[in-house]
Amino acid sequence: MITQVVEQPGADPAGHPASVLPAAHRPCGASTSQLRLQRLALLALSAAILIVFCIISLLVGARPVAFSTAFDALFAYDPVSAEHIVIRDYRLPRTLLGLLCGAAFGVSGALIQVATRNPLADPGILGVNAGAAFFVTLAVGLFGFHAVSSHLWFAFLGAITVTLLVYAVGSRGRDGATPVRLVLSGVALSAVLGGIGSSITLLDPVAFDSLRLWSIGSLAGRNIDVVVTVAPFIIFGLVLSVCIAPSLNVVALGDDPSRALGANLVRTRILVVIAVTLLAGAATAAAGPIGFVGLMVPHVVRWLTGPDQRRIIPFTILCSPILLLAADITGRLVLFPGELEAGIVTAFIGAPVLVALARRTRASGI
Amino acid sequence: MTGAYHDHSRARGNRPAAPATNTGPIDFGRRVAVLRLLGGRLSLRFDLRSLVTGVILLLSTAMIGAVSLASGKFPIPLADVFRALHGTAGDNIRMVVVEWRLPRLLLAFLLGAALGLSGAIFQSLTRNPLGSPDIIGFSAGTYTGALAVLLIFSGGYYETAAGALAGGIITAAAVYLLAYHGGAQSFRLIVVGIGISALLGALNAWMIRQADLQVAMSAAIWGAGSLNGLAFEQVWPVLLMLALIVPCLLILARPMRQLELGDDAAMSSGIHANRLRLMLMICGVALTAIVTAAAGPIAFVSLAAPQIARRVTRLAGVALIPSALVGGLLLTTADWAAQHAFGVQLPVGVMTVSIGGLYFLWLLLREARQ
Repeated sequence: MITQVVEQPGADPAGHPASVLPAAHRPCGASTSQLRLQRLALLALSAAILIVFCIISLLVGARPVAFSTAFDALFAYDPVSAEHIVIRDYRLPRTLLGLLCGAAFGVSGALIQVATRNPLADPGILGVNAGAAFFVTLAVGLFGFHAVSSHLWFAFLGAITVTLLVYAVGSRGRDGATPVRLVLSGVALSAVLGGIGSSITLLDPVAFDSLRLWSIGSLAGRNIDVVVTVAPFIIFGLVLSVCIAPSLNVVALGDDPSRALGANLVRTRILVVIAVTLLAGAATAAAGPIGFVGLMVPHVVRWLTGPDQRRIIPFTILCSPILLLAADITGRLVLFPGELEAGIVTAFIGAPVLVALARRTRASGI
Repeated sequence: MTGAYHDHSRARGNRPAAPATNTGPIDFGRRVAVLRLLGGRLSLRFDLRSLVTGVILLLSTAMIGAVSLASGKFPIPLADVFRALHGTAGDNIRMVVVEWRLPRLLLAFLLGAALGLSGAIFQSLTRNPLGSPDIIGFSAGTYTGALAVLLIFSGGYYETAAGALAGGIITAAAVYLLAYHGGAQSFRLIVVGIGISALLGALNAWMIRQADLQVAMSAAIWGAGSLNGLAFEQVWPVLLMLALIVPCLLILARPMRQLELGDDAAMSSGIHANRLRLMLMICGVALTAIVTAAAGPIAFVSLAAPQIARRVTRLAGVALIPSALVGGLLLTTADWAAQHAFGVQLPVGVMTVSIGGLYFLWLLLREARQ
């Protein structure tokens, strides 16, 4: 990858080395102010697209609703109107969940990819999905909780417990939680839990049936309580991610160079693990394991913005919900009036985009 | 034939390194035995730790194998097992040991070794400990093919194997061609592989959800990988394919090391990087394909075996033969546990992830304590 150091006077309050932009993305002779303008325009465009998708998400479905009716449902609610009830009780929670979970999956993916310096890492690599799935399996298979609403807390608890275990294993030893050790302990622990989990599900048809639904991931059928439950965790996680973005730029250089530059590696890593656990744990608990958002969006955003985390994180917050909402809306349309889960459609929309971008752009590593 | 043996003080540890003299051979910090044949025209270097580890791995596999041949619904004393293998036991015992249990044991070892090898190839190619045939979409493709055959045509063993092979090979080829853009750069290959795998994974999840519960569960059991009901008629094709692929791989092993240095460095040292990568990938996919056709996509061995081998041999990178031996031991052990540990026959894939994962965790923890 051809990289070039771009001088950015006064642009770096944290005192970190000047950001690095791939030359391919930089118009020849463009000044820094022009560049900044370009990026602001791109950011505004993503925000506009996101708003459009939010509106479409309110209007489209088995019972299409006019724009004016949707507006009334939000601001002049009439509890007798069936259409208002559809908007308030089904479409609004669904759209909010898409926004929150999309951002959460995307940002946790971006964080984990840069912290482990591994482009293959998805939010599940620290054991989030395995933990959530394992606890849901236990809840259904051993304790007989069949209600979907009880799965939320089991999944969240599992995600947090297993991520902490992975970090505990990965951070033992003199070097602490190096990227490779974190990834490998996540893989190992996920495998053990996955093995035990599938021996339970393969012997218990009821548990198998619940798990095959849960493991797809969907935004449908979640009420506003689910949104209210996970929102604080996700918002806190997002704020934390924006705050640690500058130190991630240093971590991305590798362990030794970042230590030489005086970065506090251990603190950054612990903050990353906390943020990923909250974001991916809460989102997985609410919507099921839709890992592809976190795997793909950071790659695409990185090609748009260059490798500076202070831009990648905000762009990811805007772009990931676009993918998830687009998938959810498409899922409502393809089998009209039936539905296809967002977890399935995400990959079907995202994969061709990812492949096309990988072919066109000079793909850049982390 | 002359054999030379060099013993150097190892640079590791607290012991101060021996003062360098300009007469002796270079000390790389590992004991190395060199075997010179044909008056020095052919020489082989053996890393002693790898050699000893390999022997220990083989002995452990043989022990587990003996126990595995002895145990079952009809337990046979170990002495009778050896007699049966010699051909001096009664017909009943011979039939149980040689015709029922031996093919399964042989397949467990061979398939495990094949998975270990293919994992080592892909981890070396991608220079990534998460590298495995999965990254070019092979596993997702095989599962899609098998699911299609099982759910739509309700096929049997051979139909499923054929469907899986077709699915996997088509997917791998598609990923390679989609990523090929003036050379299949490793990173682009990984990204395209992620995309296609995710797409097929979603398709698989959807097919499993749509299917009848009973059919879906039997598909999931195939998806976990199982050695149940395999006999000698499945051993011979596997053995033949391995006999074709493994020699090719041993020739490619050295240039593979050079490719690990990165495309530029490899090309400047005379390696045709794209061609070598394609050949290595074909070998890796073929090895996985054999396993998938015979027993379904057994998870985790190709991921864990190279990493476990690296840690027990303390080599700097992934190594082919130790990875194969670890893979063989892992699958043999897992298959014994899958058959006998819990009273019910579980798919071996469920056991490989549990046993391999636990051992891997223990290795990571032990490594941390040093």
